[in-house]
Amino acid sequence: MAYSNRLQALLRLEQGHGMSDIAQARKAVVARVLEGDGSASRALRRAAFDNAGLAEPLGTLIGKVAKQATTVTDEDVAAAKASGLSEDQIFEIVVCAAIGQATRQYDAAVAALESATEKSSHAPRDPR
Amino acid sequence: MRLAILDSGHGFGTKALFAFIRAVSRQPVPEVLKLIRYRSDFFGAPMQKVVHEAMRGPSAWSVGDRELMAAFVAKVNACEFCTKAHAAVAAMAYHDDARVSAALSDLETAAIEEPLRATLRMLGKLTREHTVGPDDMSAVLAAGVSRKQIEDSLAVCYAFNTIGRLADAFEFFVPGPKAFEVGAKFLLARGYR
Repeated sequence: MAYSNRLQALLRLEQGHGMSDIAQARKAVVARVLEGDGSASRALRRAAFDNAGLAEPLGTLIGKVAKQATTVTDEDVAAAKASGLSEDQIFEIVVCAAIGQATRQYDAAVAALESATEKSSHAPRDPR
Repeated sequence: MRLAILDSGHGFGTKALFAFIRAVSRQPVPEVLKLIRYRSDFFGAPMQKVVHEAMRGPSAWSVGDRELMAAFVAKVNACEFCTKAHAAVAAMAYHDDARVSAALSDLETAAIEEPLRATLRMLGKLTREHTVGPDDMSAVLAAGVSRKQIEDSLAVCYAFNTIGRLADAFEFFVPGPKAFEVGAKFLLARGYR
């Protein structure tokens, strides 16, 4: 039992070090849109990613992208332009908002999976 | 398309590519391609790596299963473009239209394998409620899905929760079934690279 727990801890450690291709690819996307060069400031891109701390009308637009993107309207985009943003800046912050929400969902799911597998180690290890 | 730059702000090479696609496919250029090819160093190129790895990389899930997951996530988000696009690829990969439409119209009664059903149920909740708990994951594990398979399904979910939001925020044009069929053939043959 103790051995199996240690083995699992080791396996987890190894997974953390040898990051999978997909984990690296996801990390690269987030790093690029948040930290790389862009038309919108890094602070604005980060706020859109976090869906937090944005003044109107951007708060509404970005909130809709994060929570129900089908509700975005032409008026939301027009209002963002009228507030002084270029189309490139809008493109960037909408992309950041979409990635941010998908990232939060992914992280929540992985945390849930972690605690589920800690509770029970019956999970089949080998793929079909 | 809500932003003019995404419709016509591409460089010369991409515009030539689009003209070629229109001529050969006799279909409009898929708007997702316009998004991916606009300033592709910012988003399109790095995102394509994620999508290709999630959809075509090594996994115990078949290509059909992963395309069905993509369509299912899109359906929960009410994203018409992505639902139709990936339902078409899934149907082609499975050689079975009925299986895909059944899973998308009523997951609980569809004639699909229990591990896949349990996984889709969890992805649906995650997409709808933006979170899931340990009990949701225990239910998927209990259905015989491996931890690695769950992680693979979450990568698909991540990709299409990103792309679907952009499809709706930028309002991708939704073409007729023929265009999605042409697109599905391409995506099955070439993947997302």
